[in-house]
Amino acid sequence: MITIIDYGMGNLGSVANMIKKVGGKSLITSNIEEIKKAKKILLPGVGSFDNAMENLEKLELIDILKDKVLNQKTPIMGICLGMQLLTRGSDEGNLEGFGFVDAFTHKFKFEDNNLKVPHMGWNRVKLEKKSKLFEGMGEQENRFYFVHSFAVGCQEKEDVLTTTSYGYSFVSSFEKENIIGVQFHPEKSHKFGMRLFKNFVERY
Amino acid sequence: MLQTRVIPVLLLKDGGLYKGVKFKNHKYVGDPINTVKIFNDKEVDELVLLDIEASRYNKPIDFNLLQEIATEAFMPLAYGGGVRSLEDAKRLFSIGFEKVILNTNAINNMELVRQLVSIFGSQSVIVSIDIKRGFLGQYRVYKKSASFKTKLNPIDFAKKMEDLGVGEIILNSIDNDGVMGGYDLDIIQRVTKVLSIPVIACGGAGDLEDVKEAKEKGASAVGAGSMFVYHGVHKAVLISYPKYEKLCELFEEN
Repeated sequence: MITIIDYGMGNLGSVANMIKKVGGKSLITSNIEEIKKAKKILLPGVGSFDNAMENLEKLELIDILKDKVLNQKTPIMGICLGMQLLTRGSDEGNLEGFGFVDAFTHKFKFEDNNLKVPHMGWNRVKLEKKSKLFEGMGEQENRFYFVHSFAVGCQEKEDVLTTTSYGYSFVSSFEKENIIGVQFHPEKSHKFGMRLFKNFVERY
Repeated sequence: MLQTRVIPVLLLKDGGLYKGVKFKNHKYVGDPINTVKIFNDKEVDELVLLDIEASRYNKPIDFNLLQEIATEAFMPLAYGGGVRSLEDAKRLFSIGFEKVILNTNAINNMELVRQLVSIFGSQSVIVSIDIKRGFLGQYRVYKKSASFKTKLNPIDFAKKMEDLGVGEIILNSIDNDGVMGGYDLDIIQRVTKVLSIPVIACGGAGDLEDVKEAKEKGASAVGAGSMFVYHGVHKAVLISYPKYEKLCELFEEN
C-alpha cells in the first residue's frame, strides 16, 4: 500500500491511476492517523514551494512526515515539486523545505536565450549510480516527461541518482537511503514511468 | 536535450471523436477511449482533447468520459472545451489531466485566466487561439469553435496571454485545419518571435515534413489531427503515430 499525501497541490488522480496500472494499491489521504500507518509514502506536487509548505503546515503534516522519514525510515518518493520540498529550500520561496537531502532548489538560468522556461517536455535521464528504482531499465532509452522552472542541485555527489541536460546538467532524481526525489513525472511517462513505479511498488 | 513534442489533437463531440476541414463538416473517426488506448500504446508525447461543442452550444464538460480516458492514458493530457470556472479546472486536474485549455473563455474572462494561473501554475494553463486570415491578409482571432469573429489581433492577444502568466499557446489556423497542406508558417514565425512561452502549432499538418517546418519557424511543439487519424488519399480512418526513432531523426535531436 502506497500512501499518497493529499495536501492540495496537484494531480493525484494520475499517480493513483499509474500505481493501479502496475498492480499496486494506493490511498490518497491527509489524515495523520493514516499517515502514521504508512508503509511507503508518495509526495506528489504541482504549484509553488511556499504554498506547498504552508499547506503541509496547516494540515499539521510536517512533523509526522519528518518522524516517518527520519526515525522510522519509511520510503518516501517526492515527485516534481514534491522532490523540491525534500531539499533545504528553493529560490522560489522563503520557507524552509524538509531538508532530508543536502540539496537546494534553484531557478533555471541560461546563457542561451532560446531555451524556454519551464523545461517542458520529454528529456533523457542519465543514471549516475545503481538503484532498485531503475532496475530493468536500459541506460540509453530512459525518457521522462518534465515540467518545471526550478531544478535541484545536490551537495553530496553520492545522493545523485540521475542527471538531465537542459542548458546544463541538473539533478533529475536523487536517492539517499529511504529518500527518493524525481523531478520528472513518472505517472505521465509511459512504459518508463510504469517500470519506475513498478520498482517502487515491488522493491522498496 | 529537450525533444520537440508531437501532439495528436483529438476533437470530441457527443461522446465520439470527429475530424473536420476548416472547423466544419466534422466526420466521425472513432471511439475516444479506444483511440486513446491506441495512442497510449504508440507512446505519443502528449494528447490534446478538445470538445468542439461545449463552448459553442454551452454544453457541460463530459467529466465521466474524460475520467475514463484519463485512466487509460499515461502521458500528459490537456483538455479544452467549456472550461468556465476554477471548479471545472480543479475537477479536470483531480481526474488526471494536467493542463486545461481556454479559448472562448480566455477572450471573455481574462480574470479566470489570471486566477487559474495563480492557483494552478502557468504550466497547467494553455490558451488556444483560433485564427483566420482576412481578405487583406490581416489575421483575426475567432471564438466559439470558429463561429464568432473577434476584433483581436493574434499577436497582441498571444502577448497579452503570456503577460497574464499562461504557460503555452496553441496557435490553430482555421484556414489550414484538415486541409493537410502544411501549417501557416508565416503566423507561426510572427507569433513565436514575440513570445517567450512555448507555442504549439496547429492546423494543416499533412506529413512529417510539415511538422519539421513548423518547428523550424519557432514552434516548440506541433499538434496534428488528420495526419494521425487518416490514411491515404481517400482518408480511411487509421490511427497512426511516428516511431520515436523517426522523430529523433526528423528533428535531428538525440
